[in-house]
Amino acid sequence: MKKQKAKKNKVKVLVFSGYGLNCEEETKYAFELAGGQADIVHINDLIDSTKKIKNYQILAFPGGFSYGDDTGSGKAYANKVRNHLQKDLEEFVKQKKLVIGICNGFQILTNLGLLPGALTFNKKARYLDRWVDVKVESSISPWLKGINKLSLPIAHGEGKYFAPAETLEQLNFEDRIAVRYTKGEVCEYQNLEANPNGALEDIAGVLGYDGRVIGMMPHPERALFTTQLPQFPFLNEKAKREGKKLPKVGPGFQIFQNAIKFFK
Amino acid sequence: MPSRITISYKVPDARATVKEKQFESFGLKGKNKSVSIADAYTIDASLNKKDLEKVGEILANPLLEKYSVNKIEAPKKFDWLIEVSYLPGVTDNVGNTTKETIEDLLKKKFKSGESVYSSQIFFVTGEIKKEEVEKIAYSLHNPLIQKSRILPETEFKKNGLEILVPKVKLESKSTVTEINLNITDEELAKLGKQGIIDKDGTSRGPLALDLDFMKAIQAYFKSTKRNPTDVELESIAQTWSEHCKHTIFANPIDDIQKGLYKSYIKEATNIIRKKKGKKDFCVSVFSDNAGAIIFDDKYLVSHKVETHNSPSALDPFGGAITGIVGVNRDEIGFGMGAKPIANVYGFCLADPKDTRPLFKDKNLTQKMLPPRRIMDGVIAGVNVGGNCSGIPTAQGFVYFNDRYRGKPLVFAGTVGLIPRIIKGKDSTEKEAKNGDYIVMVGGRVGQDGIHGATFSSEEMDSGSPATAVQIGDPITQKKLSDAIVKEARDLGLYTSITDNGAGGISCSVAEMAKECNGCSVELEKVPLKYPGLEPWKIWISESQERMTLSVPKSKWEKFNELMKRRGVEATVIGTFNNSGKCKVTFDKKVIMDVELEFLHNGLPKKQLTTMEEKKVFVEPPVQNNSNLSKTLISMLKRLNIASYEFISNQYDHEVQASSVLKPLQGRGLVNADAAVLKPVLDSKRGIVLSAALAPTYSEIDSYKMAAASIDTSIRTAIAAGGDIENLALLDNFCWCSSTDPVRLNQLKKAVKACFDYSILYGTPLISGKDSMFNDFKGFDKDGKPLLISIPPTLLISSIGVMKDATKAISIDFKFARDLIYILGDTYNELGGSEYFALLSEEDKKEYVGNNVPAVDGEKNKKLYKAFSKCTESGIIASAISIGRGGLVVALSKSSISGKLGAEISLEKIKSTTSDNFTLFSESQGRILASVNPKNKDKFEKTLKGNSFTLIGKVSKDEKIKIVGKNKNEIVNINVADALKSYKSTFKDF
Repeated sequence: MKKQKAKKNKVKVLVFSGYGLNCEEETKYAFELAGGQADIVHINDLIDSTKKIKNYQILAFPGGFSYGDDTGSGKAYANKVRNHLQKDLEEFVKQKKLVIGICNGFQILTNLGLLPGALTFNKKARYLDRWVDVKVESSISPWLKGINKLSLPIAHGEGKYFAPAETLEQLNFEDRIAVRYTKGEVCEYQNLEANPNGALEDIAGVLGYDGRVIGMMPHPERALFTTQLPQFPFLNEKAKREGKKLPKVGPGFQIFQNAIKFFK
Repeated sequence: MPSRITISYKVPDARATVKEKQFESFGLKGKNKSVSIADAYTIDASLNKKDLEKVGEILANPLLEKYSVNKIEAPKKFDWLIEVSYLPGVTDNVGNTTKETIEDLLKKKFKSGESVYSSQIFFVTGEIKKEEVEKIAYSLHNPLIQKSRILPETEFKKNGLEILVPKVKLESKSTVTEINLNITDEELAKLGKQGIIDKDGTSRGPLALDLDFMKAIQAYFKSTKRNPTDVELESIAQTWSEHCKHTIFANPIDDIQKGLYKSYIKEATNIIRKKKGKKDFCVSVFSDNAGAIIFDDKYLVSHKVETHNSPSALDPFGGAITGIVGVNRDEIGFGMGAKPIANVYGFCLADPKDTRPLFKDKNLTQKMLPPRRIMDGVIAGVNVGGNCSGIPTAQGFVYFNDRYRGKPLVFAGTVGLIPRIIKGKDSTEKEAKNGDYIVMVGGRVGQDGIHGATFSSEEMDSGSPATAVQIGDPITQKKLSDAIVKEARDLGLYTSITDNGAGGISCSVAEMAKECNGCSVELEKVPLKYPGLEPWKIWISESQERMTLSVPKSKWEKFNELMKRRGVEATVIGTFNNSGKCKVTFDKKVIMDVELEFLHNGLPKKQLTTMEEKKVFVEPPVQNNSNLSKTLISMLKRLNIASYEFISNQYDHEVQASSVLKPLQGRGLVNADAAVLKPVLDSKRGIVLSAALAPTYSEIDSYKMAAASIDTSIRTAIAAGGDIENLALLDNFCWCSSTDPVRLNQLKKAVKACFDYSILYGTPLISGKDSMFNDFKGFDKDGKPLLISIPPTLLISSIGVMKDATKAISIDFKFARDLIYILGDTYNELGGSEYFALLSEEDKKEYVGNNVPAVDGEKNKKLYKAFSKCTESGIIASAISIGRGGLVVALSKSSISGKLGAEISLEKIKSTTSDNFTLFSESQGRILASVNPKNKDKFEKTLKGNSFTLIGKVSKDEKIKIVGKNKNEIVNINVADALKSYKSTFKDF
């Protein structure tokens, strides 16, 4: 009985799926680890109203390869959302609710116009999987509260952030640059360049709607555990020698925790 | 009236910049000024102008792109236009997505036959001659699947670019022909080899049925008092193909009556399982699409590795992508459906710098793709196939040998995860029931992949069919996979499932029909990509992204409803029954009616015989060099040792959030041979994956080759944290000229080694696959006939379950002053070694050598068990299995990846040979490990009774220094130089 009640009070998260999105399971896991209750919902179940966006407090567009990036990453999925769910979505973002788009999800949000700018081909025009360090730039977003720097993995072919100069200026002015690529722990460890894809102004993520809507290319849901870090074997050995225990949770966890806390 | 929408870039386009550089490498430096790219969509549907504008608007991202309808926005000034489009019938994923997008936008369905076709337009500026632009165009497309059009600017300005619609136009020939088998043996043999000749005189392509098989078919139909139809003959050819029936492994060979598979592979696993008793962790082996072992109380992990060699030789991209998405389906079709959780790959290729042309025909008109094109293509194929499917590519390798020039090998494997119990039932048990619907799910059927199964059962020559080429569509499959594995499975909506691979539905339906003993198919119900396909083609087409399921009639409505909601097409194409027959009708006319018993077991056994051939190979002259620094640098640059980071980091290995030990390890990002995953997010259990092969040992001693492959694969997994008590193996035999008794003798010995060593190590063989005819018959640039056969290649993959994934050990040295140990003994075993290959290249000789590493299984097993105890207690800082290139290459990799130096002395090493041989010997059973000095006693005590030697320590000065037996310095290099050399070979790839 008690348990049921607890479930009822949990923050409800909708994780989109279908048509080639593929990070829905780990994204759901991340929100639930942070104390939320997440449902993976196929977009067609929203289109035919089996499930309703308005019943949720957080919307997550997870990473993936919707429509295989055909015609441009995120475009076809965004068109599908726009053709059927535009009103519901507009209604949702007007309220004190949260939206996150990760990687392909970020590409979908920019194509939908919920976030400014666009994501285009990496500077080497090739898919790239590696870890990056990002520094939090904005103080307005509930998603990023209390976070300064993060190491997270990226995996994308079209992750170079682009926006016209005036948009960039406005974003800076309005404190809406969420995270920028920077040299940090991972870049130092593996001697990597900070900006992996040629993103303008090293932008890795941006904000909209008072910071309640966030889009980012790096994957916080793939950095929930210390075991996922590229330097985990080294850190593990180091901790053993120092007689310490490594923390279990990884750097990405806090983003999900922040989101759940926002509603408490 | 077809229309064309063109999308061009307003902002700098990285794709164009990359192409500019690539074109410069064709000797056009300075001439090639600039490149720009436009994406074109040819819409063959009746849309009005307003609709077209709407479509343009959603196809272009206004920040990046602009669109134009029915005109091409060319750059103000350019010299050549090249358009690359698909040939009719070739899978066009972008076109299909665009069609779906337009239908959704305009809220109206395209009419039958209406479609969208994608193409790319390149505008090239520069002083480029016609033949140079042709070279550029050739680099942009593969003529087997694509077409290019070249226009000079003047012509484009005058006439524009004509709109082409690559629509498949087939004369409707839904006819079925009777094949007369009352013919002479000679004619029978010809029919079996060349295939059915159509009325217009064209050959349909190989049946790959030899005379014995043809005579058995002749006798069967004589007993039924009629001739077969073309459908029946084609169907039997698919089912009996080497690809499907594995005749070489099944047939009696010498005095082994039950054949190699039953006597050695299956038997070994049976013996091991019996011996393990209660500890047996195998669950479903040999009976399904993959083999499975227990992961924990809740889950099983299954694994399967496939090859896709022949298609990859013709269309490397298409071959590799269908290889990877195809083996994904083996998991989706395992038991009631496993979720793919990791991909692995392996490419055996020729040197990408090799430019000697090869031709399939004497007239030199059918040119084979050069090694570099094949390499780029297969890498890109796994990139798209794996990344788009959301499955992490956890592990993989590239291996180079001149003898893969005619036929590359493309290995693709997938690990699956499946709950042990689904809906209260054992998830590995499945049975199509009498009365269940036969349901085809996923993609539609086209001409693609006709004769794939029979084609790969033959050597490649000018008769190799172009229709064997297929292109995968990972998104169609992803939709299918999610709908099945994440939804329908757990609702209990079907009773059995299998993949449509080789032979298409002809094989999958007939295979499932065994479960209830009969099927009846109404072939006209199969959904087609385009009309007019002949029945025999529908039946055997290998069009991708399809599964066959048996769905109880009572569940069909619910099943179909779910599939529709997920955008997946499902069609009832017949009924399973208990008639004992495989019956097929087309528009009510019976076109196939064959007893299942004959279809599956009617193929005659053939006695195989082998012949021993002893060969003695040239040994290199005695080496007296006291300075091996230079040699080491050269070794690190070798194709088979160098970093292939550029491949690893274009494959997503982080998706599903399971990665623990990654493909690139340490500070220096060095390619490792084993990976560790934590596939269930709330469990700390892990899976270790590794793979090994040693083809250069094969010609010297194939028994030792197989033993070394098994030992290396196991040892690599152990070094990464695996446990030999919980490790299973997969075998992939890729052989050549498998009718030749000498090759069969090599095969027999290799299989015997698999039997001996898997039993010795207690590591069951849970799944395997073979590809027996990897030969290329063709011509060189002068029209001289050539036969290029691959070296007999055995890939041994390991999969093990770890109780705690955090115990995984990476290859990088971690702290200065750590102790470096070599475990195991070193012998003069350099036959077929990478060092001898280096010496051969330097001297332009062929030093193969004769002393292939031998494997002392008892000794190694004891060591591996002791090593796992050290793993358990967490006292090992780094470990690397010593393999290709020997001790010094392993040492260099640990140094480079840790960016730390090493001071090593060979003085105490247990070695029976000279210093340089000690460094480069490929003796088996050896691991190089580093240990915190504080753990010295515990480490040595745990390993007591095994061979281990403290050979030095990790140093801070960033140099690799080695002194020989006589205390003289033989290696002194900077770690930074070693790193640079290791990464130099594929730097520009």
